[in-house]
Amino acid sequence: MSLLELRGLRKNYGPVTALAGLDLSVAPGSRTAIVGPSGCGKTTLLRLIAGFEAPDAGSIALDGKIFANDTGFVPAHLRGVGLVAQDGALFPHLSIAENIGFGLGRRAERRNERITELAYIVGLDSRMLKRRPHELSGGQQQRVALARALAMKPRLMLLDEPFSALDTGLRASMRKAVAELLETAGITTILVTHDQSEALSFADQVAVMREGAFSQVGTPRELYFKPRDRMVAEFLGDALVLPARIIDGCAETSLGRLALDGSAERREGGRVMLRPEQVVLERETKADTTAPQPGVLYGEVMEAEFAGATSTVTVKLLNSPGFPDAAAISSTPLVLRRAGVDTPAVGETVRIRVTGFAHVLAQV
Amino acid sequence: MTSSYARTDLEGTVFAGRRARRRSVPWMAVGAVVVSLLALLPLGFVIVAVFQTGWTTVAELVFRPRVGELMINTVLLVMLTVPLSAAAAMALAWLTERSDLPGARVWSWLAVAPLAVPAFVHSYAWVTLIPGMHGLAAGVLISVIAYFPFLYLPISAALRRLDPALEDAASSLGLSPANVFFRVVLPQLRLALCGGGLLVALHLLAEYGLYGFIRFDTFTTAIVDQFQSTFNGPAANMLAGVLVSCCLILLAVEMMVRGQERYARVGSGAARQPRRVALGWMTLPCLLVPLAAAALSLGVPILTVGRWLIAGGTEVWRLDEIGLALGQTLVLALLGGLVATVAAIPMAWTSIRAPGRLQRLLEGTNYISGSLPGAVVALALVTITVRAIPALYQTLFTIVVAYGLLFLPRALVSLRASIAQAPVELERAASNLGRPPLKALWATTIRLSAPGAAAGMALSALGITNELTATQMLAPNGTRTLAMAFWNYSGEIDYAAAAPYAAIMVAMSLPLTWLLYVQSKRMAGR
Repeated sequence: MSLLELRGLRKNYGPVTALAGLDLSVAPGSRTAIVGPSGCGKTTLLRLIAGFEAPDAGSIALDGKIFANDTGFVPAHLRGVGLVAQDGALFPHLSIAENIGFGLGRRAERRNERITELAYIVGLDSRMLKRRPHELSGGQQQRVALARALAMKPRLMLLDEPFSALDTGLRASMRKAVAELLETAGITTILVTHDQSEALSFADQVAVMREGAFSQVGTPRELYFKPRDRMVAEFLGDALVLPARIIDGCAETSLGRLALDGSAERREGGRVMLRPEQVVLERETKADTTAPQPGVLYGEVMEAEFAGATSTVTVKLLNSPGFPDAAAISSTPLVLRRAGVDTPAVGETVRIRVTGFAHVLAQV
Repeated sequence: MTSSYARTDLEGTVFAGRRARRRSVPWMAVGAVVVSLLALLPLGFVIVAVFQTGWTTVAELVFRPRVGELMINTVLLVMLTVPLSAAAAMALAWLTERSDLPGARVWSWLAVAPLAVPAFVHSYAWVTLIPGMHGLAAGVLISVIAYFPFLYLPISAALRRLDPALEDAASSLGLSPANVFFRVVLPQLRLALCGGGLLVALHLLAEYGLYGFIRFDTFTTAIVDQFQSTFNGPAANMLAGVLVSCCLILLAVEMMVRGQERYARVGSGAARQPRRVALGWMTLPCLLVPLAAAALSLGVPILTVGRWLIAGGTEVWRLDEIGLALGQTLVLALLGGLVATVAAIPMAWTSIRAPGRLQRLLEGTNYISGSLPGAVVALALVTITVRAIPALYQTLFTIVVAYGLLFLPRALVSLRASIAQAPVELERAASNLGRPPLKALWATTIRLSAPGAAAGMALSALGITNELTATQMLAPNGTRTLAMAFWNYSGEIDYAAAAPYAAIMVAMSLPLTWLLYVQSKRMAGR
């Protein structure tokens, strides 16, 4: 059972295709993140769901009720879909209280109590209520926008990059607070963002979008460790993409023979992906790199860039694993992001091990 | 060697320090005060005239049936014309900016174009078309036709600049399109409506030629008639006193309605472009609105002026006479427009960036000066130059000052609106990057409000081209502008001889009107 159903959604702006046939199911009470580079059509998708524009083809249904299909279109004000825009879009001519109560009737029951309650829920000081939008900070404006949308008790809430204008620390705490708040209220949420870590940490379901279509839809874990192709892999985080030969359910790469995660049937791949954190470096003081034991890999640290909590090390392989054409497969140095504590220094020799499984990528 | 270098450095620092201190003088405020004092001259003249006349004579001249009659006429004219103009301008602006009306650009231009036709030419056109036209109804009709573009321009510019995200937010909160318009769009247009409405109302109070043609008496026509019969009589001065009171009331009303809210967009980034509403089957009925507006405001003047030109043939084109009038009008319009705009800068900037009670008072005095009929301003300047500085009597300097005072409000309205849209943060960023205050101002706000300044200058020059009364009284001997020539001929009921001047005034105003139209588009970044 899904709350929101998108089927074959298409939208063109003149010759430009914004959406090229999208399908998506969103479960009730869940959080979905739509992530993609700017210009991929994610905002257009949001505007179609909100009802600001009509699709050229395809259908949108919320809880079984058709919002748009080939025959008709329900306008935004009749949809009951909440929206928090990128910069809040607060009404500059109204006070904060009037902004929050905008969607409530002027003579709605307990109007003032509800406004105060909503302000409390989103963590706004009640003294703010008399102020004007421009007197509030960016984070406070977003809280007001959220409270304003919550006042309508929507079943579906759309968040259009609502945290992108906030500074890093505030962004993380706002994200967490908003996720908890919407979960408590039982509101299904769709977040549009270009920030992959935001998408992964916020959502139950992540959809990676590119050129008007979804490249892959799945849980954050699935997408991060089992991306369909190289673009998805690299969009969601650092990735080591290695040329490989798939033999007997294992991948032969320049890092040796790697166990696969069940994606071995994609033989055509020829490329496997590892997340850098799967590669373990161990300091080796008296390694005999000229005559290594079979299956043991050594590397030399070429560069080490310290950036506080993390540092980035570049490692050149010193020997190739024991099978015949490994040297042919071998390639460029590995660039790995490590914890900032106790990283090997430039010139040190390290022993390289791989943990977990490698994932075979589909050819793009 | 080293010690002399050190000394030079030190001197440099001291010099820079001194310069910095000198620059901390609030030049903008000083400029605003100086301009306001100048603008107070005509008002001061009226007050002094009241005192010199004596209270008993004042009471005799003010409390009489004739003044009551004029008051009723003036009030009815303003109360009917301003709302009607606002409704017409709003309908046109919405149709041309927010709907998919076919030919929206053309209609938008046609809604601005009536500005190219001087008010008294509108009146001349209607009177020669329907000779029986007179009284309040005729006055309201022609006034709406002549002045609605003053409301259309700011409203359409504001509509274009509105952030559509606000309307999206409102409709996602369950508001129907009509409710979105009344609760979100209309409140955002308040500055534009107030500014434009005030401008129209002040024109109604100050216009002479339009009402002269249709024999509708307002305070201004009465003042000019009095003045022409008795030159500098107390009766004209007292009527001017009542008129000034009316302007004060208008100003107070506008200030109350305008409020102190912020209308600049809250938030970062650039606003998305507004969507246009699909009219569907309403397209044809909706097309009637701009069509009717264009027919009444442009069709009628073109028809009648064209008819007189054909009737007059080639004889009415006395080229030597016309060429001289044209040159003189151009010089006066450009000089006056420049003076009005430059004089408006300190006032406009102060009113947006450093609003306060004193500034409101100063701004108010400028509006009062601009709302006085040209005759009163001219009379004041005549009296002052004759008594104090005879060398300036009937010189180019004096008439340009008069134009500056008369058209300051026009320049001010468009400058203020565009400065209000320029974010103050940019100005701060520029000072933060080491620009001294005036240079920071120049590099950011003034640059950004240049379209508004250009619009203000064009509007002022347009007004000067068509200005009549003050020009007649103040211009150096031998000056004969287009408007003067037109008025003289049509006063002699030689409508055919007047027609070429009307045609030239319209043709000359067209490029300025076009400029105004283009600039108002560019102001919205298109």
